[in-house]
Amino acid sequence: MKQQQFEQRGRPRWQEFEALLGRLEAGGRSEAPDYPFRYRRICQDLALARDRRFSRSLVEQLNDLALRGHRSLYRARRGSLRELGAFVGRDFPRAVRAEWRLVLFVTLLFYGSAGVLAGAVQFEPELVYSFLEPGSVAQLEEMYDPAGARVGVAPDAQEDLARFGYYIWNNVSIAFRTFAAGLLFGAGTLFIVTFNAVYLGLVLGHLTQIGFGEPIRTFVIAHGAFELTAILFCGVAGMRLGLSLLSPGGRSRRLALREDAHRALPLVYGSALMLLLAAAIEAFWSPLPLAASVKYGVGAVLWTLLLLYLLLAGRPRAN
Amino acid sequence: MLDTLHPVQTPEGVDLNLRAAGPVPRALAWGVDALLRAALLAAAGLGLLAFGAAGMGVLFIVTFLVWWFYPVLFEVLGRGATPGKRVMGLEVVHEDGTPVGWPASLLRNLLRVVDFLPFLYVAGLCTMLIDASFRRLGDLAAGTLVVYAERVHAASAEVPSVAPLAPPIPLTLDEQRAVIAFAERAPFLSPARVAELAAIAEPLAENRADAVERLMRMAAWLVGRTG
Repeated sequence: MKQQQFEQRGRPRWQEFEALLGRLEAGGRSEAPDYPFRYRRICQDLALARDRRFSRSLVEQLNDLALRGHRSLYRARRGSLRELGAFVGRDFPRAVRAEWRLVLFVTLLFYGSAGVLAGAVQFEPELVYSFLEPGSVAQLEEMYDPAGARVGVAPDAQEDLARFGYYIWNNVSIAFRTFAAGLLFGAGTLFIVTFNAVYLGLVLGHLTQIGFGEPIRTFVIAHGAFELTAILFCGVAGMRLGLSLLSPGGRSRRLALREDAHRALPLVYGSALMLLLAAAIEAFWSPLPLAASVKYGVGAVLWTLLLLYLLLAGRPRAN
Repeated sequence: MLDTLHPVQTPEGVDLNLRAAGPVPRALAWGVDALLRAALLAAAGLGLLAFGAAGMGVLFIVTFLVWWFYPVLFEVLGRGATPGKRVMGLEVVHEDGTPVGWPASLLRNLLRVVDFLPFLYVAGLCTMLIDASFRRLGDLAAGTLVVYAERVHAASAEVPSVAPLAPPIPLTLDEQRAVIAFAERAPFLSPARVAELAAIAEPLAENRADAVERLMRMAAWLVGRTG
């Protein structure tokens, strides 16, 4: 068949398909039960036109049509609220447990470095100034002064709602960056995790050493469960990204990166959700002037619940 | 062909060609988006700061959303393109040509942070120049591609309607292709160049003065014109 005949016979079919595509792309559904069949016809035409070296403009036109058809046929499903439920109840804790080695590593790195520095400050109080500006140390001392008006909140701080927004912006951004920095062969993630551990250790150690330990501990304990854990999970996700490049196993580095990035993503989603919860607790619960025993009690309950959730949720039922 | 086509194999057994977009249109798209985001934040700031502390809190959340999720929301809900990309005629798709979904869009936009390093997307630019389909690091990890959405159809080239003439010798497929392409493009070339090209097809042109016209007629025959 020559090109001209081919075009004459095919043209009505192509125009019909294009009109159908227009309707589907505009959001129409289920009005074309034979859509896959018609799409395959277009693919046939394209293959034929290419094989017979028909003119470039015709091949391009058909390629275009087939591409649009392909997109309409294979368009992604939209997520639903039920999927969110399944994610929280099952997929997220499973993703965390699947990475238990990295979780253990990052957790030990974080609390280990924080603990070492907190201890070191007890013997060498000047250590805190080698890392923090004297100005910010003074500010921290003011914030957690047991005699202060509201513990954990700078005297000139804004209302709770403003702080809630700020915590979301600040903490989730840190979490996202911790994940992304893993692309630098894991080094970026390690740096951010260690940096935050050093900061936390020094501040806790310093405030304890000058006798302000209880105010900061009672302030941090409740939201810390979700906030610190979420940042660590993003650290795990970042390490997964870095490891995919460092030891791709039997895969090419490109494939390893793509597979492992998608594998790490649930940890990032979950961390973001946990940080929203943490921001709410930090803004509205943590500054409340309650007895230390109440604060410790609530904090302990939250930590326990979180651990139980991470360890037990979403396990397949034993038969 | 020296081209930036990214072939995609489909289950239907044909290869579809995506046209990958290079650094320049993408940088321009980013610039348009950056201006739009700045304007968005400025407007939100002016509106919300009037409400005091509560407005401040909402402003932080708006900043957070605009900073991290502006590209994701537009890419997934807005047919693969942020307003900047739409202006430049670009679109984000999966590597297999399907529309981009939440996980891939989120990944490519979270990893933007690394592509930005050490300043102004230097890392991303380097990766794009190495990769055949102009993928930056985020695209590589997410398995996405930035392509031209609209096809610029070549000026609708058609073989002129002249009386068909059978070629004096049998032609291979590629030779037939060349003759037809010549006839389609001749109207866009200068007469001198057309004559020069026609002379190359010596066995068909036979050094005659009307070589161009004869080639046109052969092209008409080859595409299947009758009478």
